[in-house]
Amino acid sequence: MRCFIGIDLGSTTTKAVVIDENQNVLGRGITNSRSNYDTAAAIAKQEALVNGRFHLFRQALASSGALNGSLEGFLAQLERDFRLEQYLEQLADLEATCQRNVGTAKFGDAAKGVTAALEEVFRRLSAEAPRLFAPGANRKSDFFRDIAGSQYLAVGETVAKEAGVRYDFLLNVFDRSIIEVENRVYGDSIRRHLLDALERTFRALPETAGRRDAVAEPIRGILDVPMEETYVIGTGYGRARLPFSKEHIRSEILCHGLGAHVMYPGTATVLDIGGQDTKAIQVDPHGIVESFQMNDRCAAGCGRYLGYIADEMNMGLHELGPLAMQSTKNVRINSTCTVFAGAELRDRLALGEKREDIMAGLHRAIILRAMSILARSGGIRNEFTFTGGVAKNEAAVKALKELVAENYGELTLNINPDSIYTGALGGATFAWRAVVEEGKVAERREKA
Amino acid sequence: MSVKAIVDRCEALFEDLNFQAVKDWKAAAPGRKAIGYMPVYVPREIIHAAGMLPVGILGGGDQLEVIQGDAYYQSYICRIPRSTIELGLTGRLDCLDGMLFPSICDVIRNLSGMWQILFKDKYVRYFDVPQEYRDAVGGAYYVHELEILRDDLGRLRGRPVTDDELRAAIGVYNENRRAIRDLYAFRARTPWLAPTAEVYLVLRAGMVLPVDEHTRLVRDYIAAASAADRPRRDNARVVVTGVFCEQPPLGLIKSIEMAGCYIVDDDFMLVTRWLLEDVPETGNPLEELSRAFLHHSASTSAKYDARREDKGKFLLEQVRTRGAEGVVFAAPSFCDPALLERPMLQDVLAKHGIPYTAFKYAENTGQMAPIREQAGTFADSIKLWSAA
Amino acid sequence: MSTPTPIAGPESRRKPEVQKEDAMWLQKELINKNYMELARARGEGRKVSATFVPGNLNELLMCFDFARSLPETNALQNGMRKKSGKFIMDAERDGQSEDVCTYVKADLGMMMGGEIGPTGDPLPTPDVLLLSYTGCFTFMKWFELIRHKYGCETVMLHVPYQGDGKIAPNMRDYVVKQLQENVIPTLERVSGVKFDIDRLREYMKESQKAEEDLVAVLQSAKNRPSPIDGYFGAVYYIGPIFTAFRGTPEATQYYRVLRGEIEQRVREGKGPVTPEGELAEEKYRLVVEGPPNWTSFRDFWKMFYDEGAVVVTSTYAKVGGVYDFGFRHDPDRPLESLAEYCLGCYTNLNLPSRIDMICKYIEEYQADGLLINSIKSCNSFSAGQLLILREVEKRTGKPAAFIETDLVDPRYFSAANVKNRLESYFQMIKQKRTAAAH
Repeated sequence: MRCFIGIDLGSTTTKAVVIDENQNVLGRGITNSRSNYDTAAAIAKQEALVNGRFHLFRQALASSGALNGSLEGFLAQLERDFRLEQYLEQLADLEATCQRNVGTAKFGDAAKGVTAALEEVFRRLSAEAPRLFAPGANRKSDFFRDIAGSQYLAVGETVAKEAGVRYDFLLNVFDRSIIEVENRVYGDSIRRHLLDALERTFRALPETAGRRDAVAEPIRGILDVPMEETYVIGTGYGRARLPFSKEHIRSEILCHGLGAHVMYPGTATVLDIGGQDTKAIQVDPHGIVESFQMNDRCAAGCGRYLGYIADEMNMGLHELGPLAMQSTKNVRINSTCTVFAGAELRDRLALGEKREDIMAGLHRAIILRAMSILARSGGIRNEFTFTGGVAKNEAAVKALKELVAENYGELTLNINPDSIYTGALGGATFAWRAVVEEGKVAERREKA
Repeated sequence: MSVKAIVDRCEALFEDLNFQAVKDWKAAAPGRKAIGYMPVYVPREIIHAAGMLPVGILGGGDQLEVIQGDAYYQSYICRIPRSTIELGLTGRLDCLDGMLFPSICDVIRNLSGMWQILFKDKYVRYFDVPQEYRDAVGGAYYVHELEILRDDLGRLRGRPVTDDELRAAIGVYNENRRAIRDLYAFRARTPWLAPTAEVYLVLRAGMVLPVDEHTRLVRDYIAAASAADRPRRDNARVVVTGVFCEQPPLGLIKSIEMAGCYIVDDDFMLVTRWLLEDVPETGNPLEELSRAFLHHSASTSAKYDARREDKGKFLLEQVRTRGAEGVVFAAPSFCDPALLERPMLQDVLAKHGIPYTAFKYAENTGQMAPIREQAGTFADSIKLWSAA
Repeated sequence: MSTPTPIAGPESRRKPEVQKEDAMWLQKELINKNYMELARARGEGRKVSATFVPGNLNELLMCFDFARSLPETNALQNGMRKKSGKFIMDAERDGQSEDVCTYVKADLGMMMGGEIGPTGDPLPTPDVLLLSYTGCFTFMKWFELIRHKYGCETVMLHVPYQGDGKIAPNMRDYVVKQLQENVIPTLERVSGVKFDIDRLREYMKESQKAEEDLVAVLQSAKNRPSPIDGYFGAVYYIGPIFTAFRGTPEATQYYRVLRGEIEQRVREGKGPVTPEGELAEEKYRLVVEGPPNWTSFRDFWKMFYDEGAVVVTSTYAKVGGVYDFGFRHDPDRPLESLAEYCLGCYTNLNLPSRIDMICKYIEEYQADGLLINSIKSCNSFSAGQLLILREVEKRTGKPAAFIETDLVDPRYFSAANVKNRLESYFQMIKQKRTAAAH
């Protein structure tokens, strides 16, 4: 089947979206942006394609009725099992890489001990793996680096102590190996992993085993249909580093505008507040950008400002919004300058203002900056779509609603829980338009 | 009237970003008009002579949320034009029938053109003043500029402004200047009786009140404050300079004094003290205003010093006549005139052994602690230095 | 403020086309020649003047045999040679604020390092500062600062701002009177040379010729494809006439040769020459408002020509004189026309006039839109540019974009940021075209 893919290379995460010929979203994928953007793009794309496969599984199984009533439970188990399979392969790869790197490390006589310790560490990691992907297991991150890293640190310390090996040797080997492993794509293993995962799932859910053929058949059928990468569009800050020709690259402003339009076709104005910048975009009824403004060189009022405040208050970034929501009083914070804000914050605390009131004031200050950028781009028109990490912050949304109402009256505010994929969705839609509307054909290029 | 009652009234006028006082004045008689002006100097006499109320617009202070105004300015431009545009776009300046933008810097200069575009139905004028000080050259040019203003306002009123009206206006402004000179002398003599936060508010009231009413207010304040029983503190006597355009928040002015400094002179609202001597109330009024400007006016960084040795002379005079022990350079962030002038003035002060300190602010500066700290250290060092 | 005149470097990989080489070579020779004249001035007992590009009274200064220094040009030369960063920091250590104009700081920093100019040759401290206070408030402080530190004789020429969008007789009279009663007597005294108005007229005749050819060169961009880049290329073209050469026969010759070359390019249907050769395809035609960045000039330009973007005209190419609406120096009214020249410089125009001019440019040069390069240092240009952007968009219906850089402060050029915005802008224009075609 023909697939149209958008990849958004952000500074911290890389996102991909796959849509089909009818512009339905098939799948979304996300990974951490690494030093190697090619890999990040390849992995995000692969994740989106896998996610797309699951979407197709769901469709097929739902229409066949083979898992009536237990479809979602089955697919959830299948996905966990698939992640486990992937994790185990990467773990094996990591072990092999670590062992290889011991050979080139200058550990002298200790090398032998390190080798043995590594074997033990990975034996334990493999044994623990199923627990990590069990139902209800709480993983802080889905990225291999994060999961394997935290496990390795914990297990490695114990093993090092028991075996009398220097812990820092183990860390050294890990640090050198993880980058290599992280930058491999394992694209050829997907089908195998899915089929192996299917077996695991039948074992985990014995009640479905009786319907084995009715379930496995459509899944195999879908796996046999290639998801053809008909056209790919790259966007985001890292887009220039993608191995794509110019034809396959769009600025994130354009993609963002179009993505917001696809999510909410009535969108006229888009506000995106991300970690690094704030964008205000005006789009026409076809999602084409009419004008845009970004925060100037000064980072005042972007997501990063909140991160700075969180550090200053010794809080987690996600705790700021809820704290601000408890505010009962307006405190005016005038500095959106990250440098001055810290000083103003301490001043306010010293004056006895409550933390929640100050927090609410800070959120309002950020949104005020955004309001200026919006005004610069031509104001807010109905409908108004808010995207980016800060759109998940309830205090920021509250402040935005108030200020929009005060300055522009009542209008529709759209916030999509998947707004992180807005740019990638715009990219995928551009890919679709390029082929379906403009009759373009993907250029031959090196496989990423 | 008590000091408190006077100051409360002034503070209410200061805090009122809707300019109710101006609206009330206009409503009191049909056909009345008001003309806004920005720092540093405009000849208010001409506006008054046309029967109009001159209204000083000094930005939005620290209580105005600036949204639309920010949309017009990059982060590296000072704050006063943003908040002024905000005041305009939110309708708060609708009570003004015109705006004058004096020659002070490129930002305010360009703001005049922005105003022409944004407020097409208002009278807008960039008011240039001469940087050449000979009567036949700069003076001739300036008299012509004054005539244009006079003619424009006459047209706006529907009746030309007469010489007699101008001479009368010069008279009432001479009165006002005398009162303010007395106020400054009074504060310098007994700064504990006239805290600068109060003096400032009394001056600010003159931005929106009719001149004769303001003159009475100043006189009333001097009388009331002279009679007040206020403790004298062991503060350092300082001149504050650099505050001629964008205003520091009132809290900042208070902070300087709380930190141990008596402000004995400053360059707040120079329009009230720009002409240093009485302007003759006879003769050709525009020529007299021109001569006063060319030969007897204050100095600020927006004005060219014709000779190298003139640089810093005015500031040195302020220090000497007021018996100040040091100078506080307070400059708005991104204020080209104040910040470019500063190194020269500092050099002059250093050569005369006058201590100084310097900081930047914005009209909405929120954190006072660093400024208190700095002003406090400066006051302490002055005291130590003078004791040594 | 802002100023032109980079020297065409030998490193520029120009195509070996004889005629083109002529103009480039001439330009380089002229600019270098001026630095050599300044270097030799002391030895030859010649007095040195300094003045600014907007309101540069070059013909008048030549009447007194001054070797002529242009501090803005020195600053930009130091910027292009990567020397300005240190100078700026030196000036900041000496008490200048980080907030203020970096041309001023680059100049003060250079002077702190002794009498050495951008080329490494001696650059004497000026004997007289002609403070042509035209279109930029900072000019006044700049020369006050130099006067304060080095004691240079300073003569003020106050050029009133066109607040009403026109030159009133009173304004012109004021400038002429200052020339007669202050500027000329001071220059006579400092130089020891008696003023001869006929000499001034002779220079102005040369100015006229060069101005005529310059206008033809700049307006050649109305062709499709444009044979020149009216911003990055134009800063080379305006070099001689905006600095020490307006009124000289050398400048007349340079512009004649240049015009010949450009007209040849038009006949051959060729696009502009970039540092990497001739531009193959003109994809976007832009009008640019605001001075360029000098510290990353080549990288900045590359962001345009890599995308096929040509600047067809720019307001910056008018800072040293607006000639394309008919103004010429007039030998029959020498002082009056000097006054009108100063009064008419681009940064002396009010915002409505600037907007009118840009809208006119967009129409006459068939541009796709307006790009504003907002310069941190330069409030004269920058304050109000966001309104210009909005008004031009409104009046022309063409998209506008906004980027921010600085003149000569390398700390203030974020290549990734600028590139991102430019690409977004170009793609937006393209998308709009595609949408319009559907």
